[in-house]
Amino acid sequence: MPEVTYLEALRDGMREELERDDRVFILGEDIGIYGGAFKVTDGFLDRFGPNRIVDTPISEAAIVGAAAGAAHMGMRPIAEMQFIDFISCAYDILTNYVATARYRAGLGTPIVVRGPSGGFVRGGPFHSQMPEAAFFHTPGLKLVAPATARDAKGLIKAAVRDDDPVIYFEHKYLYRRIKEDLPEGEEILTPIGSARVAREGTDLSIITWSAMVWKVLEAAEQLEREDGASVEVIDLRTLIPMDDDAVMATVRKTNRVLVVHEDTRTGGIAGEITARINEHAFEWLDAPVRRVTAHDTPLPYAPTLEDYVLPQAEDVVAAARWLLAY
Amino acid sequence: MVTSPKRVPVPAGLSRDQLHEIHYYLCLTRSFDERLRNLYRQGKVIGGLYSSLGQEGESVASAYALRDGDILSPLIRNLGSMLVRGARPVEILRQYMAKATGPTGGREMNIHFNDLQLGYLGQISHLGDMVTVMAGIALSFKLRQEKRVGLVYVGDGATSTGAFHEGVNFAAVQRAPLVVIVEHNGYAYSTPTARQTAVERLADKALAYGVPSETVDGNDVLAVYEATQRAVARARDGGGVTLLEFVTYRRRGHAEHDDQGYQPTEEIAAWEANDPIVRFEQQLTSRGWASPSDLAATATRVTAELDQAVADSENDPAPDPESALGGVYATPPPTVQRSPLTAYRAPTSDA
Repeated sequence: MPEVTYLEALRDGMREELERDDRVFILGEDIGIYGGAFKVTDGFLDRFGPNRIVDTPISEAAIVGAAAGAAHMGMRPIAEMQFIDFISCAYDILTNYVATARYRAGLGTPIVVRGPSGGFVRGGPFHSQMPEAAFFHTPGLKLVAPATARDAKGLIKAAVRDDDPVIYFEHKYLYRRIKEDLPEGEEILTPIGSARVAREGTDLSIITWSAMVWKVLEAAEQLEREDGASVEVIDLRTLIPMDDDAVMATVRKTNRVLVVHEDTRTGGIAGEITARINEHAFEWLDAPVRRVTAHDTPLPYAPTLEDYVLPQAEDVVAAARWLLAY
Repeated sequence: MVTSPKRVPVPAGLSRDQLHEIHYYLCLTRSFDERLRNLYRQGKVIGGLYSSLGQEGESVASAYALRDGDILSPLIRNLGSMLVRGARPVEILRQYMAKATGPTGGREMNIHFNDLQLGYLGQISHLGDMVTVMAGIALSFKLRQEKRVGLVYVGDGATSTGAFHEGVNFAAVQRAPLVVIVEHNGYAYSTPTARQTAVERLADKALAYGVPSETVDGNDVLAVYEATQRAVARARDGGGVTLLEFVTYRRRGHAEHDDQGYQPTEEIAAWEANDPIVRFEQQLTSRGWASPSDLAATATRVTAELDQAVADSENDPAPDPESALGGVYATPPPTVQRSPLTAYRAPTSDA
């Protein structure tokens, strides 16, 4: 079984979809000859030609708007943001045009907007963002954020096949750091809207996604080793539509919940998860739901600063101990 | 002495019947606009009403230059373009009156709706955005080697937006088969063009994108038709984007609530004297392309059709409140199915 990185899994997923369905094409900046800033589309121009791999001007609004138009015409565009930070330039098109199209006009807009997301790579304020919350609030969009190579592949394939617009947050810290055996010839499709139990446990549930899954798993091992605590880790994988059933199931199982995300705290998705638990499973809780998130600052560049602002495994351990002792 | 009008050959490859059809759409658009204003005053058309008075000529004639399979994206004052593409008065009325039976079931207003089979894509209110979407529609025609054309309308105000710039530039670079029509009607809400942009001719903006352009008398129906036809033919033949500036005038306020006090009365009067429909009718009769009785028959037909459309729509029901939910996603996610609005609304609510 070949071992593939997260990035290779994403690339393989897109390649398989390009091969399977000639309505699929990719557009974005520097994705052709250069193969993308992170080489995610490396080799695609040679393989699929300029009508399937479309290099564009630096125009995120036009990239997303054009993807929407092509989708209305029956195509299945994948729009690459060179860094997901630049998706804010397309915020208007995504939230006003794309997200509303089905509701207000009965228009399907099956596009995927994807790009390298997240920090831990010393990218500074504009190459490190995890802008999930900005889109979480907009009905009509779906949001996915894979943590594993299998899901990087499975979710891109599912996103391409989805009839609604999907924003796919791929984590650049994971691109080449994690590897997994993925059998060749197996059709990997991760259902959108379905969470995954990344680690079974009985004393405490930690709900998280994307790169934080790995920090949380590290913390869970430490808690097991040093405290004898049994920690369950839920990898949400999809943020919208959220797998409420998986969330409530783990609350009922462990009765203690910590929500961890890399994005900033105020208005972050952990607040919504906490509210849903409060509404649907309050009587199952033995402790308040707590959050570990980034601090409410832009993301700084210097390693000492970035490491301080972003949530780390030790922050997770500290919050978990507080909950376990409650 | 009675002189019969001299016969002039029909222009622009149009047949006599087509000239009559253009005239029909012009009359339909203007009469429809009057009906809408009456219904607005009666409180039946709710929300904003944006009159197309004075812009019917360029709207109808440009849309008329398209073929089946082409797609246009109208602006708020392109009622005429919608009618030419086959939108039916009864459904437009239902939409304006927020009826359950309307094309969006009361979710959207005025001419914000679409029929991609007939060839029109509903706009959103964020000006310039539709240029990017139409660039993508045109790109899809190019990628699939379909001989189809996209056409998008923007106003003088929208040329200031980033989306306009990104969309035109993107389409130009891709050589997408797109016609960009700038309807230069003098005002964006209350802002005159001189405070919108420092260029004299909006068509000059095309230079920055490396695409050809024309400035056309927007109240000359045949000139608009011919210019659009040239641009459409260029797009269809692989020549890419053309930017057309139609110089016209917004004779009513931004919307009906607006007393247009900022528009000089003599300016409005001058443009009333330059009415596109009057000018076209004079051409039709003076050149022997239509008789006064032809024109009268069209007016009678339009009145009857609009009477019927109003009768078929004004008593239709309002949408069921719960129809506000659903349709956000192709398949409703579980959280939407649970309908938090109804599940968690306080029982004392009188909503």
